[in-house]
Amino acid sequence: MQFLADNFGLLWDAFLTTLSLSLLAGLLALVLGTLLAAARVSPIPPLRGLATFYVEVFRNTPLTVVFFFMIFGLPQIDFILGFFTGAVLSLGLYTAAFVGEAIRSGINAVSAGQAEASRAIGLTFGQSLREVVLPQAFRTVIPPLGNVFIAMVKNSSIAAGFATSELSSLLPRLVNADAGQLTAVLLGVVIAYMLITLPLAFGVHRLERRVAILR
Amino acid sequence: MSGVNKWFGELHVLQDIDLEIARGEVVVVIGPSGSGKSTLCRTINRLESIEKGEIAIDGELLPAEGKQLARLRSDVGMVFQSFNLFAHKTILQNVTLGPIKVRGKSKAEAEKQARTLLDRVGVIAQSDKYPAQLSGGQQQRVAIARALAMDPKVMLFDEPTSALDPEMISEVLDVMVGLARDGMTMIVVTHEMGFARKAANRVVFMDGGRIVETTEPETFFNNPQSDRAQNFLSKILNH
Repeated sequence: MQFLADNFGLLWDAFLTTLSLSLLAGLLALVLGTLLAAARVSPIPPLRGLATFYVEVFRNTPLTVVFFFMIFGLPQIDFILGFFTGAVLSLGLYTAAFVGEAIRSGINAVSAGQAEASRAIGLTFGQSLREVVLPQAFRTVIPPLGNVFIAMVKNSSIAAGFATSELSSLLPRLVNADAGQLTAVLLGVVIAYMLITLPLAFGVHRLERRVAILR
Repeated sequence: MSGVNKWFGELHVLQDIDLEIARGEVVVVIGPSGSGKSTLCRTINRLESIEKGEIAIDGELLPAEGKQLARLRSDVGMVFQSFNLFAHKTILQNVTLGPIKVRGKSKAEAEKQARTLLDRVGVIAQSDKYPAQLSGGQQQRVAIARALAMDPKVMLFDEPTSALDPEMISEVLDVMVGLARDGMTMIVVTHEMGFARKAANRVVFMDGGRIVETTEPETFFNNPQSDRAQNFLSKILNH
């Protein structure tokens, strides 16, 4: 444990990197995922097609490949992202596909009568989605969304392979420095991840209970 | 509406429907299950599309999609069999949503109007509750208030009492009879023969996707012209 204390500065910086990477990518994934879900249920066929294409591409590509494309592929066409920005985009764009599908399942779970009633009072498709369907859809998908975001926090470890000094990148670094401290280093890193994921899970649970609606 | 036809796949659910409804008229649509009466009702605000024919409201043809359709729907009130109140909104919010978002009214103005309407249908005390906390009859009366809040030119009722306990049916029917007396143009799909007798100007009897008979309620119940209507009435009025 003395070893961890000695390297606390490193650990703390890496923790903050993982945290900000997760927050930014999570925000991107939530916004983009909601738009994707809306597009996939929209009455406009090209929009549906585009969103379906996006989801299938990102859902079926390994995250490492997405990172590789962002960080080594894009510079080939003179589009250079920083390592951190590249990591945020890779993780966010990838996770958006899963968020979108989770939200779409929630939209499908809202009874058709709710959308019919909102159209019947003259709301446009967009208004009916915003005012009536999505607020109810979000409530039902909070638990699966929690899963998606917890998986995303852990997936952020792939950024270690692409020059971002986040938590997992400390493993080889600290173990190389002192192989005898392997257990301590593993423990330190795992606990640091849990400091993000456990409060996230707790928050999700609280939110779920707070917005539960009677049907 | 004239020459209206609709198919669900192979099934020809509406066959050459011609129907004209005057302002202030109350038309009750009666018929056995699967006769197309609900579908007919739902085509009028285009919750169901039609394949052939045309439907016009107040001289204006029903547009296919988009903003014009939304605007036209706002002038057509609809009450559903399953109420379809917005589950995540309070009773008051259910009634004010349309006036605020579609008519551009201020929140205060919309709430004032909503309270008047909720009072009129007798559920003002439930304003701050959520739909699931209300009885079916109360929910349906809120649904009527929600539709009225848009100042509709015509109201569609799609079997409004079919999901209700007998006791609650009358509280909903009372509100509907009141509306009819006030001169609202209404198209009511129902199995409530009492309402048809009491409030309808005309009864439309449908079977197999066609309008079989259109007459005054008096004639329809006492002296139906078609065999099909005679047969239908003899079955339901025996109990």
